[in-house]
Amino acid sequence: MKKQSMFPLNHVLGFVLSIALTVGAVFIVYQTDFSASVKMNIIGTLAIFQALIQLIMFMHITEGKSGGINIINIAYAIFLAIVVVAGSIWVLTTGHAAM
Amino acid sequence: MKYDFFVTGDPIILMSQIGIGLTMIGLIALITYLKKWTYLWKEWFTTVDHKKIGIMYIIAGVLMFFRGGVDGLMMKAQTSRPGLELLNAQHYDEIFTTHGIVMILFMAMPMLIGIMNVLIPLQIGARDVAFPKLNALSFWSFFVAALLFNISFVIGGSPDAGWTSYFPLAGKEFSPDIGNNYYAIALQISGIGTLATGINFIVTILKMRAPGMKLLKMPMFTWTSLVTSVLIVAAFPILTIALLMMTLDRMFGAHFFTVAAGGDPMLWLNLFWLWGHPEVYIVVLPAFGMFSEVIATFSRKNLFGYVTMVVSIVAIAFLSMLVWVHHFYTMGNSAAVNSVFSITTMMIAIPTGVKIFNWLFTMRKGKIQFSNAMLWSLAFIPCFTIGGVTGVMLAMAAADYQYHNTMFLVAHFHYVLIPGVVFAVFAGLYYWWPKMFGFALNEKIGKWHFWLFVIGFNLTFMPMFFVGLDGMSRRMYTYSESTGWAPWLGFSAVGSLVMAAGFAALVYNLYWSFRYASRDVGSDPWDARTLEWATASPVQEYNFAVIPEVTELDQFWKDKKEGTNKIKKEDIKDIHMPSNSAVPIIMGVAFGIVGFFLVFEMFILSAIFSVGIIACLIANSFDYDDGYHIPAKKVLETERKWRGDL
Amino acid sequence: MASQTSTPLEYSTHQNEMTILGFWIFLGAEIVLFATLFAGYFVLENGVADGPTLKDILMMKDVLIETFLLLTSSFTMGLALHQMRQNNLKGMLIFTVITLLLGAGFMYMEINEFIHYVHEGVTMQTSAFGSALFTLLGTHGVHVTLGIGWVILLIIQLVRRGITPVTSRKFFIVSLYWHFLDVIWIFIFTFVYLKGALM
Ligand code: HEM
Ligand SMILES: [Cu+2]
Repeated sequence: MKKQSMFPLNHVLGFVLSIALTVGAVFIVYQTDFSASVKMNIIGTLAIFQALIQLIMFMHITEGKSGGINIINIAYAIFLAIVVVAGSIWVLTTGHAAM
Repeated sequence: MKYDFFVTGDPIILMSQIGIGLTMIGLIALITYLKKWTYLWKEWFTTVDHKKIGIMYIIAGVLMFFRGGVDGLMMKAQTSRPGLELLNAQHYDEIFTTHGIVMILFMAMPMLIGIMNVLIPLQIGARDVAFPKLNALSFWSFFVAALLFNISFVIGGSPDAGWTSYFPLAGKEFSPDIGNNYYAIALQISGIGTLATGINFIVTILKMRAPGMKLLKMPMFTWTSLVTSVLIVAAFPILTIALLMMTLDRMFGAHFFTVAAGGDPMLWLNLFWLWGHPEVYIVVLPAFGMFSEVIATFSRKNLFGYVTMVVSIVAIAFLSMLVWVHHFYTMGNSAAVNSVFSITTMMIAIPTGVKIFNWLFTMRKGKIQFSNAMLWSLAFIPCFTIGGVTGVMLAMAAADYQYHNTMFLVAHFHYVLIPGVVFAVFAGLYYWWPKMFGFALNEKIGKWHFWLFVIGFNLTFMPMFFVGLDGMSRRMYTYSESTGWAPWLGFSAVGSLVMAAGFAALVYNLYWSFRYASRDVGSDPWDARTLEWATASPVQEYNFAVIPEVTELDQFWKDKKEGTNKIKKEDIKDIHMPSNSAVPIIMGVAFGIVGFFLVFEMFILSAIFSVGIIACLIANSFDYDDGYHIPAKKVLETERKWRGDL
Repeated sequence: MASQTSTPLEYSTHQNEMTILGFWIFLGAEIVLFATLFAGYFVLENGVADGPTLKDILMMKDVLIETFLLLTSSFTMGLALHQMRQNNLKGMLIFTVITLLLGAGFMYMEINEFIHYVHEGVTMQTSAFGSALFTLLGTHGVHVTLGIGWVILLIIQLVRRGITPVTSRKFFIVSLYWHFLDVIWIFIFTFVYLKGALM
């Protein structure tokens, strides 16, 4: 068995950060006067950060002999997710739908 | 909902119903009479051996090819003369729908996945796939889904909205019958199995290669299988969700695709093709791999431009996720959308062209042997090029307004799919048959098969280009004399008979070779290059007595030439094997039953039977069976039998 | 983490390593699956067909509670894994049970939320927006429910067999799954709920 520090520093840090990011997003939406699109951009970025925290601090994505493959795999999946989401919105909300 | 449980009132279907019933009774009686139930159960139904699973996939694929082919012939007969009424409009609709789905999902997919199953572990020097039990589950869910889909025409009625099942036509309002439920459910079940296969093969190829086999030392077929698997994992989840939406719309009153309630039928098209386009590359990429192996072997040279070949496969896979809109240019997209997708589509032609040239250069100055496998590969190149060139024509959005949904398109994709899948599968079967079964297919009957099929294929589909350009739209069940299409379509119908004769020659060849071919083919009948030929024919259950070491591409060729292909007695150890399992087949059957009740919208029954699926999952979770070992002594015995000197 | 020297138990066999990689690839597929659901939701979110919009029916307080329950459960799942790597079965089980309770709490809140929506007149059948909303949230909820069942199965196996290479691999995988569902929830929280509040 490997030695690991008794105190799960990483996890506690990740937890605190994700709570902070969540509260921050709620704050931005309800307590600031940015325009809706600026708010969306900010909270979208916060969400991405929080997802990264989960992936790295909780899910140990880089761990194990296949760490490199894992990262390529998830990066590719994110690329596909962007293609599916952005592509669908682009195709379906321009052209016939905009007329 | 309106349906009759059994489709009634139609003599042809009544005959099929009786026929199916009698065949089933006959089969069961025959197996019982031969006392083969235990054998089948132990050796096949519960097997986790990748070779046997592969063979079962191939058998199912051949049967489905027959079913899809009969559908094709019926359509050709119906349009052979103007104004015929062999089939009415409804029947024609059902038949092109089931033809399309059966051919792509229940013929092309299992054929290719079957061959991949047999070959991947052998080509990379492994003893099985990464998750053998999951592999069996993939097979059974495919098989059950295929059965479910195929009973639709006698029980409940076939789907009839095209293999694309566009909304609103495929929705409840315009297709109140049960048929399209079969589409939603059967595709879902087989899709889940396919997704599992994709994951399984990726891990197998990435993690189980023989020591020394770097990624760029893998055989080309393994490369294409890897990229295909990646595409499966990328694309099939999209289908899963699209079908889920379809199911919810049709059975639970949801409104994803209903305009009046704020839905958007274009969402279905969009998601269908987001999966559908990669899907056509999923079926065509493994074919590229098979041709590469066959051409290299029978030209007696190594593959020309291996690295460019790999790069172009990866490029094709990458681009294939970015072109889906070319299937609906005419449906009111913005000009920017159409332009971008036109460009990405045309870009795919580049890596594909590179591959064609690589094959040509592989043959250049080679000592070509015209075996059957090679003949199919040679025929593939010009036929597929016709498909590809017409594809570039269709890629131009502006021009597509002319071609869209005409017979020109139908001709185009058959020129891609038949050379790209069917020719490849034939080449692969002739080539690897000895490895799978320990005897070769007859080359002379094979020539009949080849010439009849290839000539018939061109006769059938070439005329469709011309009627298509002349304005004949697809999915038309009849036409009038005045259109002037009658000669073309008559010609085409005759061609389809020639093609059918070719298929008959194949069946005869299977029969003849099974009965009479020599059982002494040796382990390497073609003097081939890759590792699968380092095993016995048929392959031992553990594949390799000693896992080979790899330093080169075409390692087996090198070993043969340098005489280093012997194994040493001391290296033979006990071999660990996974145990058979009944969970996959039981779970597959449970999927089938749940699916059947879902099709008929009997939700309580399907919920009750889903408990069966969950029970299988739980049973599997508590199963700590760690497999068994084949003792070294037994391995040695087996090896001595075919190697002679050990 | 800092003083990690040898590989953890769950990576100790080749089969384990392959299974874990296979699961990561499955998660890649799940990303695409949820992306498709999100795409459907984004395309249809304005298709309310004269019915209520999300803003009309949203209960931000409940959603926030759900979010904190799930975030915390992800944290306790991480702690359970940490205990596993310390080879402390008891600690591991305690945190796992806490995770389960938090997960069950999340499901309770979510079902409540659904009931509220139905009372407000938004169902799967009322509009395209309703269909897309319930399908996206429902798919996530079904995943969490399956996760709860799966964790229960593993608790039984852990009690029976202790921390072995096989059980530790299984637990590691379920923990990946659990964290992944949290990641999906973050996006649902941001791009469904907060966005809905903004519209
Ligand atoms: C064996 C010989 C084959 C024949 C005689 C044949 C014939 C036909 C015909 C007549 C149509 C309908 C044209 C129309 O009226 O719209 C059709 C459609 C189609 N075929 Fe084939 N075909 C054959 C093989 C294949 C193969 C091997 C594949 C795929 C791997 C395939 C895939 C399709 C698809 C996807 C459609 C479109 C179905 C639809 O419109 O929904 N066919 N075929
Ligand atoms: Cu396409």
